[in-house]
Amino acid sequence: MKIPYFLLELDQTEPSLEGGASAMMPVEEYWLCLPASHIRPFVQTVRVMGACPPCCWFPMSLPPVPGPPRAPAGLRRSSHNAAPPPPPLPPPSSAPSPTAPACSSADPKLCPSPSTSACRQEKIVQSGMAYQDGSLQKLLKMNGLEDFPGPYDYDLIIIGGGSGGLAAAKATAKFNKKVMVLDYVTPTPQGTRWGLGGTCVNVGCIPKKLMHQAALLGQALKDSRDYGWNVNEKVKHDWEKMTEAVQNHIGSLNWGYRVALREKRVTYENAYGQFIGPHRVKTTNNKGKERIYTAERFLVATGERPRYLGIPGDKEYCISSDDIFSLPYCPGKTLVVGASYVALECAGFLAGFGLDVTVMVRSILLRGFDQEMAQKIGEHMEEHGIKFIKQFVPIKVEQIEAGTPGRLRVVAKSTRSDETIEGEYNTVLLAIGRDSCTRNLGLETVGVMINEKTGKIPVTDEEQTNVPYIYAIGDILEGKVELTPVAIQAGRLLAQRLYGGSTVLCDYENVPTTVFTPLEYGSCGLSEEKAIHKFGEENIEVYHSYFWPLEWTIPSRDNNKCYAKIICNIKDNERVVGFHLLGPNAGEVTQGFAAALKCGLTKQQLDNTIGIHPVCAEVFTTLSVTKRSGGSILQAGC
Amino acid sequence: MAALAAVLQSRSLGFPWLLRTWAGGARGAARGAAGLHDYDLLVIGGGSGGLACAKEAAQLGRKVAVVDYVDPSPRGTRWGLGGTCVNVGCIPKKLMHQAALLGGMIQDARNYGWEVAQPILHDWRKMAEAVQNHVKSLNWGHRVQLQDRKVKYFNIKASFVDQHTVRGVTKGGKETLLSAEHIVIATGGRPKYPAHIEGALEYGITSDDIFWLKESPGKTLVVGASYVALECAGFLTGIGLDTTVMMRSIPLRGFDQQMSGLVTEHMVAHGTRFLKGCTASRVERLPSGQLQVTWKDLASGKEDMGTFDTVLWAIGRIPETRSLNLEKAGVNTNPDNQKILVNTQEATSVPHIYAIGDVAEGRPELTPTAIMAGKLLAQRLYGQSADLMDYDNVPTTVFTPLEYGCVGLSEEEAVARHGDDHVEVYHAYYKPLEFTVAERDASQCYIKMVCLREPPQLVLGLHFLGPNAGEVTQGFALGIKCGASYTQVMQTVGIHPTCAEEVAKLRISKRSGLDPTVTGC
Repeated sequence: MKIPYFLLELDQTEPSLEGGASAMMPVEEYWLCLPASHIRPFVQTVRVMGACPPCCWFPMSLPPVPGPPRAPAGLRRSSHNAAPPPPPLPPPSSAPSPTAPACSSADPKLCPSPSTSACRQEKIVQSGMAYQDGSLQKLLKMNGLEDFPGPYDYDLIIIGGGSGGLAAAKATAKFNKKVMVLDYVTPTPQGTRWGLGGTCVNVGCIPKKLMHQAALLGQALKDSRDYGWNVNEKVKHDWEKMTEAVQNHIGSLNWGYRVALREKRVTYENAYGQFIGPHRVKTTNNKGKERIYTAERFLVATGERPRYLGIPGDKEYCISSDDIFSLPYCPGKTLVVGASYVALECAGFLAGFGLDVTVMVRSILLRGFDQEMAQKIGEHMEEHGIKFIKQFVPIKVEQIEAGTPGRLRVVAKSTRSDETIEGEYNTVLLAIGRDSCTRNLGLETVGVMINEKTGKIPVTDEEQTNVPYIYAIGDILEGKVELTPVAIQAGRLLAQRLYGGSTVLCDYENVPTTVFTPLEYGSCGLSEEKAIHKFGEENIEVYHSYFWPLEWTIPSRDNNKCYAKIICNIKDNERVVGFHLLGPNAGEVTQGFAAALKCGLTKQQLDNTIGIHPVCAEVFTTLSVTKRSGGSILQAGC
Repeated sequence: MAALAAVLQSRSLGFPWLLRTWAGGARGAARGAAGLHDYDLLVIGGGSGGLACAKEAAQLGRKVAVVDYVDPSPRGTRWGLGGTCVNVGCIPKKLMHQAALLGGMIQDARNYGWEVAQPILHDWRKMAEAVQNHVKSLNWGHRVQLQDRKVKYFNIKASFVDQHTVRGVTKGGKETLLSAEHIVIATGGRPKYPAHIEGALEYGITSDDIFWLKESPGKTLVVGASYVALECAGFLTGIGLDTTVMMRSIPLRGFDQQMSGLVTEHMVAHGTRFLKGCTASRVERLPSGQLQVTWKDLASGKEDMGTFDTVLWAIGRIPETRSLNLEKAGVNTNPDNQKILVNTQEATSVPHIYAIGDVAEGRPELTPTAIMAGKLLAQRLYGQSADLMDYDNVPTTVFTPLEYGCVGLSEEEAVARHGDDHVEVYHAYYKPLEFTVAERDASQCYIKMVCLREPPQLVLGLHFLGPNAGEVTQGFALGIKCGASYTQVMQTVGIHPTCAEEVAKLRISKRSGLDPTVTGC
């Protein structure tokens, strides 16, 4: 169960449609129509020079691989294509430029219209001149662009088959580009591995939301007695049954991704990719077999993996979020180390199954999130039986007894004194942060800059690294949000810009998110701290209220725990700059408000909107007490 | 005298201003002084709209009274202060809906590893008592709130004597006369019984009774296809009762019909029986105490029969205007439906008499609209505000087993207003993540966004069928209020993994003919 078995089988299967992307558009035939003598290796120089006259084809429509027609390369590619004959294809509906359809004509000789070819020749002559004078060459050398390796195997190679990478791959394939996805999961210290889809699907959003749901259902069972259902008082939870169900779902998603890539004719290789030279990667599969591929562009979307403490016993005995969701046995009494949202979410659902859970926190909860909300989440968790050990860090983990689960002794030290404490747990889950998977990709070989301290990659607004043909998206980006939908959005928009003539950039502002702690926390926009910092305390108005979900009245639980807060910029017509909600279904509620924030929502508009009765979300239409006023926001007994 | 004052007030611009200044100046100590009348404002009807208006006016320093009286239902059910929503509407129905949802969650829980002992039975008495206790606590809460704000409350049945005077009669028959400068009618509506069906009134119940039943209704026939009918049938099925819906024509008239079709399709899959195209003709009580219902299939003309423990009529509601003696005050109603005719200021044909909520002609019959209309009215009357109630883009949710949330125009309405060529509909069938492990069928989980076709494709309507539809819809209603375009919604980053994120990922247009089923994540 630890590893979805059928996936291992799958990963060994050679994708049957390898190289299929080229079948969508007869690339070879296209470059064959070109006068070979004029072609320089630097087709990209066209874009670099930017001297494209209006008659010229759009850079995006450039056939991706118009290198010199060297026979071996051509042969190699056609051998890829030989396996499945390219199916007859309708003209692509999303043609990148007006000239592209003309060029995808089956007969290469009919292909380039006179004006196009003339124009292109001009272009290439120009680029050739620049090439000769040497200045461009220097520029290109700096950018790792020298040494053109001949025709590229792919238009785009994506390193990392997570949410962002896959979204970019699928979007790129839509433009009939030849795309390859490299994905390889290095096993955790405990040996856990998984299939295609990245963190979100395998060891993130999906399993955690399902386990959160399992925990919520435990609460629902308790509630249901008050609603007239004769559910037995003590209901036990079967960890293995749940985990198997969750893993089965994940297995189906992994499979779904494989199928989706195949359908879109994206080549998938279950191998580790590393840059070994300009436009060139080496892949290594789990049997150690190496291959080399070239591409015009690359997208790095390798994401992050959980961090370890670097203390005795951490890698030997501790698990991380990479392991918990496929743990083949119930973790028992658990110490969760860390106060990230991963830590609190895991602690929350484990406690929901009735396990004894302790969270060890070095400093503050949910760094980066609104601290008032973070504090309320912590309080709620404590009231629901989760223990917090604050301002302590583990310094040693020892095994007392092996087993499933075994017994571990944890020694921790105070962050304020020399005091040490000891505790015994069945499982220690580390959730102290995540590190970017950027240090072992050969990025230095091609000159991609990373932040040496964090390992994160700085990119332009267009997700371009300092090496123009290498892009990066997702969790590895410096200063961007680490969220699946953001990576997906970024990947899709990038593909549309690179190949679809779009200019739409990914907007990293006002990204909504939800923390699936037992009491869910949805937010969008600024935290109160950030709003104060940005606008000044006197220029923001905070409206807030507690509320009691109607559904909770019958079981009579948790009154004055759910909380709604909006932060408005007084100087900008009381525009809402921050939205915060603590309550059930926070994610479902927050989404629509995020759309409204996108439309420049003001407090006035919020007040003018009619509520939906009786739902939790309606509380936002009736917020009247400001924090400044100090007015009571407690809800009366009913 | 009162009539003269009324004429003066309505004719003269200066006089009300003088009066207001005077009353305002006397605020506090001389609170009782309301000029020529007992009260500045008299509200008839202590439901959501009336209470909101009364409390707001009191907040603005006015002398306010609320009169409320619940005529017992034909079955003898009565309740306390708060009106339909609190007593026989939104609140108890959402709670019973929640009870039904919990039944589904108990089943889900087993797939999620919870070892729930079987069989699971539902105890109506226990649920009903809990729900009724909650409602009673709300009744009490409303009483306290009125007291806190110094709003005088009378539990009397009101009828007009003249334009400024109302006669109230207590349960015991004692009469009181109350006069006020402004009067707000907020008496709402009550369920309708069919007029010509033998035994209907005698043996049937309505939504006024169902929430107050001490015993389980047992095998139930719900007649009607309004949202009230479908919601009741939904939760009755959900708590394990044999439930049948008899409908004459279409479900959820006025709502988007594609969505309505999916709602009933899901109910069928969920175990509710439907007798479509049928009308009841007779209800008789059998010696066993059960009810024998005879109905006619409109298509075939054939008669059929069935026995039920309970027959619930949910065929519509009628406004509570008949006993108000509106003609004494000169307030005009629509002769077809007896609703009170109002203008944008909520004023009736008599300028100082207003009507809000379900009793007013052409208003959505929804609690939050009545509340907002009441508040805004009080603010216009006493708070120097000119803000009118905007009845466009009112969001609502139908709490059927699979919830249906909507805001803005239905597809039909959008096409009728703008023409087929100018409307683009984006849609998706999606599967909530929680359904996967629970092995639930998601065939009817569907979202539709109705937009103008011309860029930037303004959003005209949003329709969401799935769990927590109300929670999902609220924020988008705000977005539509802010003039959201399709592009803006698409640029909103999703919250993963939620159902609501599917709204921000609607990429397939109906016109494209492409498969709208969401795959992967």
